[in-house]
Amino acid sequence: MDGLNPVIELEHIHFGYEAGARVLDDLTFSLHEGEKAGLIGYNGSGKTTLLHVIMGLLSPSKGTIRVLGRRIETRKDFREVRRTIGLVFQHADDQLFSPTVLEDVAFGPLNLGKTPKEARRVAMETLERLHLRGFENRITHKLSGGEKKLVSLATVLVMQPKALLLDEPTTGLDEEARVRIASLLAHLDISSIIVSHEYDFLAETAQKIYSMKGGRIEFDGDSGALHAHLHRHPAESHPHRYI
Amino acid sequence: MIQEPFVCGDSQIHRLDPRFRIVVVAAYAFVVALSDRFSVLFLGLAFSFVLIGISRLPLFEVAKRLLLVNGFVLFLWFVVPVTFPGTPLFHLGPLTATGEGLLVSARITIKSNAILLTFIAMIATSRVATLGAALSRMRVPEKIVLLLLMSYRYIFVMETEYHRLARSATVRGFRPSTSIHTYRTYAYLIGMLFVRAQARAERVYMAMLCRGFSGKFHSLQEFSFSRKDGFWAGCTTIALLGLGVLEWMD
Repeated sequence: MDGLNPVIELEHIHFGYEAGARVLDDLTFSLHEGEKAGLIGYNGSGKTTLLHVIMGLLSPSKGTIRVLGRRIETRKDFREVRRTIGLVFQHADDQLFSPTVLEDVAFGPLNLGKTPKEARRVAMETLERLHLRGFENRITHKLSGGEKKLVSLATVLVMQPKALLLDEPTTGLDEEARVRIASLLAHLDISSIIVSHEYDFLAETAQKIYSMKGGRIEFDGDSGALHAHLHRHPAESHPHRYI
Repeated sequence: MIQEPFVCGDSQIHRLDPRFRIVVVAAYAFVVALSDRFSVLFLGLAFSFVLIGISRLPLFEVAKRLLLVNGFVLFLWFVVPVTFPGTPLFHLGPLTATGEGLLVSARITIKSNAILLTFIAMIATSRVATLGAALSRMRVPEKIVLLLLMSYRYIFVMETEYHRLARSATVRGFRPSTSIHTYRTYAYLIGMLFVRAQARAERVYMAMLCRGFSGKFHSLQEFSFSRKDGFWAGCTTIALLGLGVLEWMD
């Protein structure tokens, strides 16, 4: 993907929680325009921390972050970042807090200064785009897990971000919802970092697979190629779902 | 699961402007709470019965709510008559019940029931989300409105979380009894609930920040004060003024 502009650039990022080992240790990574990067790693390997650092929810002890070529340092810069990059949280219950679906989806646009009428219009458009028509007056906490996930995605997409960060989008979803999310993400035309520990899901949704080890990101290969030579299906283990 | 059983009706009251309903209930509560004469209190109670009638709520459900409150009121009947100073009416062992005490208890009973009934008819018939938007439109401080909406949204999550914890205790053979073990288990349960609530609050706040939240809560809902609202406003103002005049007239 050389030649395309980088959307997110991280250089030598260090981060550690109090009284603990470093979670991000001299991490360097960049996401280019139109690229979909899958990030795989064990629990506690720092995947979520990384996403939170990009959004400015956590601040690194060292290193630089650039978004669309601009260096991000102050709180004000990060406020700007949050208009550019959308983060879908792992648990939809953390993301959806308004009583009704429409209000939750309209929350972001309203914060960006749109009038209620405009906000309602873009919210409805986004819902329609995600095939969630008719959901606008549903009560958020009464939705099913899969529906909640789709609505969370809508609440972020409605802000028309330049890049999308997804934190374990398949957590707690059944097969049907998982397939729906996977096909949706595969068809979205937006640069994204998809974090998961499910290899199959990443192979369906991302072009490049990275893995997180020892606080750094390593490039594993293109998702198609990776399948051909990075793992086999020995008789005793289950083949994965990806075709 | 916690529910809003009174919301899904379609009476005259359900269609009123929620801002108007909030104002009426507030005014009514003041008038009734500050009144002392029984004539006024009974009329006030009649007023609330009329509202319940118009709202066409399931009476059985309403009665269940009343029962809950009257449990507390009953407790007052045990305590107030024997502690309130006044002319002794009768003796119960070392305790003396006063006539004034009995009257005070009766007043409290009527007041609380009347206010509660009006509240059910006017406020419980509106969704919490709508109420929040109405309060915000009425320039109630942002933080109070947010507190109301957030508690409403997350009380369900807390409920689920509590059940999850309780279930995990049950499947490991926990049966509540009167023992230190039971108390300790419940304390852990509640403690864990607080810890999780705290962690969740942080995550929700982060998610709000990510969507550009800056302390101000905007709402999509718009309200209109219709001619019907005006008619209702006229009627209720006359009724409340009438109660007031009755109370403060010599």
